[in-house]
Amino acid sequence: MKKYNVVTSISYPKKGAMGKTGNWRVFKPILDKEKCVKCLRCWIFCPEATIIRNKDNTVDIDYEYCKGCGICANVCKVNAIELEREGARK
Amino acid sequence: MALKDLPTKECYIPGSAACPGCPATIALRIVYKALGKNTVKVVPACCTAVIESLHPHTSFDIPTMNIAFEAAAAGASGVEAGLRMQGKTDTTVVAWAGDGGTYDIGIQALSGALERNTNFIYICYNNEIYSNTGIQRSGATPYGAWTTTTVLGKTEFRKEMGEIIMAHHIPYSAQTCIAYPEDLFKKLRKAKSINGPKYIEIMAPCPPGWRFPMEKTVEMGTMAVETGAWALYEVEKDKITFNGKSKLILEGKIDRKPIDDWIIYQGRFRHLFRPKKDTKRIKEIEEHIEKMWERYRSCYL
Ligand SMILES: Cc1ncc(C[n+]2csc(CCOP(=O)(O)OP(=O)(O)O)c2C)c(N)n1
Ligand code: SF4
Ligand code: SF4
Ligand code: SF4
Repeated sequence: MKKYNVVTSISYPKKGAMGKTGNWRVFKPILDKEKCVKCLRCWIFCPEATIIRNKDNTVDIDYEYCKGCGICANVCKVNAIELEREGARK
Repeated sequence: MALKDLPTKECYIPGSAACPGCPATIALRIVYKALGKNTVKVVPACCTAVIESLHPHTSFDIPTMNIAFEAAAAGASGVEAGLRMQGKTDTTVVAWAGDGGTYDIGIQALSGALERNTNFIYICYNNEIYSNTGIQRSGATPYGAWTTTTVLGKTEFRKEMGEIIMAHHIPYSAQTCIAYPEDLFKKLRKAKSINGPKYIEIMAPCPPGWRFPMEKTVEMGTMAVETGAWALYEVEKDKITFNGKSKLILEGKIDRKPIDDWIIYQGRFRHLFRPKKDTKRIKEIEEHIEKMWERYRSCYL
């Protein structure tokens, strides 16, 4: 990455700038790929950019940083995403 | 345009300081998709100055300059002039501020930049409060809403920033909402293509500020539009066009949903429902919105 020689405080882009925000989660979104109709609503509305859009428009969830807000489950019109309490399934 | 046509490129990087369910980051992701990497953003004091995360790291993959609360548009004017002097006229300069930084403290710098014909896009993400400092009322807070400085509910109605902007007769301005990503994307792309000052305001329902569950951010945005509390429109060379559901409401093709459908889910209006329904104040909210639409119809239809 290009670094700049400037006399002011400057920050550089980094994944997880505030750490692994996945551990903020109380509820975990669980995706059922069989039900998914690839509408991409969860992808565009995820506030954390942790719904990964694949080349074929299927989606995956980045649990390392997903904050568990549940918006993806809420906007999915075919109920392909359900919320499960963290640690419920061991 | 469908969602699959929106670019995959992300300039918002996961793992930021934003609250779960944050409307500002939903908006930012789409703004970045529309404007692309060749963009410089100026951010005053507001939630976004926290969301960008802690030095020496940032969650934004777009050059961003932080500036004092009142100075977003002044700072952007300087950045634009600097880039112009270097011959970098293809870079999009954006000021990105909250409603406090826009309606209240930043309005003077904003009005000045519009009047000077600065070539930039001013974006206000409107969460209807000063949320960064713990939920104080702003000029955008609606009547009746609880904030920490309006504990019994705000006693004044909000300003119409869109119409204040219109009085500057700039080439392009628009109102949009995080619940309508295609609308947001199209308006940003249009603003990027036009020379001169542009203003875009994004309705951004904030879960901790409005006191609703964090999974309902998008739903609250949809209901703001469907109840008519917020209108989607764009103004090009003084000609106003309403968009989507707002167009149908304007033309009387659909009815606005009752305001109850929106505010009942927001804890900031809880005192209007419990212990007893405050029908008087709810009616005042409803009548104020109706009056706004009557004005829209008489002026713009
Ligand atoms: C001159 C000045 N007054 C007060 C503050 C404290 N302050 C920082 S952010 C903020 C509220 C910002 O509200 P808004 O612009 O609506 O953005 P939001 O926090 O809602 O994103 C305030 C009052 C400041 N930084 N500078
Ligand atoms: S729960 Fe929230 S943060 Fe996690 S993937 Fe869904 S929308 Fe994104
Ligand atoms: S919202 Fe539901 S159907 Fe649409 S892409 Fe996401 S999981 Fe699939
Ligand atoms: S207070 Fe609201 S706008 Fe601010 S970071 Fe949290 S959710 Fe986003």
